[in-house]
Amino acid sequence: MSSIGTGYDLSVTTFSPDGRVFQIEYAAKAVDNSGTVVAIRCKDGVVMGVEKLIASKMMLPGSNRRIHAVHRHSGMGVAGLAADGRQIVARAKSEATNYESVYGEPIPVKELAQRVASYVHLCTLYWWLRPFGCGVILGGYDRDGPQLYMVEPSGVSYEHISIASYEISLFYFLSFFSLVLYYKLSFIFASSLPQRYFGAAIGKGRQAAKTEIEKLKLSEMTCRQGVVEVAKIIYGVHDEAKDKAFELEMSWVCDESNRQHQKVPDELLEEAKSAAKAALEEMDAD
Amino acid sequence: MDAISGDLNAPHSMGTTIIGVTYDGGVVLGADSRTSTGMYVANRASDKITQLTDNVYICRSGSAADSQIVSDYVRYYLHQHTIQLGQPATVKVAANLVRLIAYNNKNMLQTGLIVGGWDKYEGGKIYGIPLGGTILELPFTIGGSGSSYLYGFFDQVWKEGMTQDEAEKLVVKAVSLAIARDGASGGVVRTVTINKDGATRKFYPGESLPLWHEELEAKDSLLDILSAASPEPMVS
Repeated sequence: MSSIGTGYDLSVTTFSPDGRVFQIEYAAKAVDNSGTVVAIRCKDGVVMGVEKLIASKMMLPGSNRRIHAVHRHSGMGVAGLAADGRQIVARAKSEATNYESVYGEPIPVKELAQRVASYVHLCTLYWWLRPFGCGVILGGYDRDGPQLYMVEPSGVSYEHISIASYEISLFYFLSFFSLVLYYKLSFIFASSLPQRYFGAAIGKGRQAAKTEIEKLKLSEMTCRQGVVEVAKIIYGVHDEAKDKAFELEMSWVCDESNRQHQKVPDELLEEAKSAAKAALEEMDAD
Repeated sequence: MDAISGDLNAPHSMGTTIIGVTYDGGVVLGADSRTSTGMYVANRASDKITQLTDNVYICRSGSAADSQIVSDYVRYYLHQHTIQLGQPATVKVAANLVRLIAYNNKNMLQTGLIVGGWDKYEGGKIYGIPLGGTILELPFTIGGSGSSYLYGFFDQVWKEGMTQDEAEKLVVKAVSLAIARDGASGGVVRTVTINKDGATRKFYPGESLPLWHEELEAKDSLLDILSAASPEPMVS
């Protein structure tokens, strides 16, 4: 679906004759090449997991965090250029604290997502700025319940049960669930009002991850079960041949964590990992 | 005579009695209607309960100008906030905006405010924001010069979880008691009841209010005589 935009891809302020901004599409490729980030919205919260590819054996486990806390009630998983991701997280944190000092209440997750999306989109409007080379998944739990949002380098923001990846128009019909997933050209839709989704995935293994997510019955699942499912998905989409080692990083915001965003407790994480490994072996055994 | 003309240049102050009370399902806000410029009553039927949004109102006391300007700013900010959020603002947000203005300009402002309203998350809420810019969330609160006479009254009469009718009657009774004792409060009693169905204004003219201890009934007033058949005064 991608093509070289010879001549029309030198600047983010240039449209191609067929109405595309190639610089934004290239930025999205940076996201596509990074380790998978998967997130799902269960009935009592949001669970996020990252396939953190380990660059060097010298790195301590737990370093190079990909999931960041933005506010008490929300966290952000980042895929793509790590430095760009840090900038987006910093901006989100600042928006959250600023909102609370003016309005006296924690920022609604939807509002936070819109602000992050506006900020990301801003960097696609000027020739002296480059688009962010990372996509973020924002999961939070506020007075309107648990919510999941994704923001892509184009500045598009969708509320998710299942993520809409930034690609060309596709019409997806899943007869099993009778779900219609709509994918649209991002720059027509910058920061639009979202359709409700339950799960999201970005990065290398997103296609496979999305297929797995769609099989889950998320409206009936608790976060405890969700943690195990996300671990299974990540272990499942990890390509053993191409990438060597990876570390599984997970976080959640749910009723059990008192609606605070935090790392998944160690014993539960270990439990999820072993369940995921067992599921893999089962698959291989076939 | 000099004292009176000097007073005409005094700043408009709302002597005032203002009250905010929560009940089971919403809030009732009440106020008197006297705006005084010194000893002169500049407006005997003023409306001290101002709308901020469809579901949040504010009772104003102290300097009329100061309280009006604060209300105008907060209404403006809340309007933008509502558009941004896509849903009505909560009472807490409204009260916080009022508090920020009151606190950050405390040297210049002289106004005590009561913010009350209803939102779908917290239900009916009352916030008192007195002179310095403190914010206090309370089941009921009173303000203005007339409130001094009501502290004991509320201590005895207040109870949690009243019905709408009980709450309205309580507020009207309290304001009329304050009007009886406070020279800077008077006129009519206005109330606004806010709940999930919206906001309702009510008006209680002076004659409908009960007379309290030692209050005299109006008698042989020129107004009565002049409105009689003969335009001649003193001829019955």
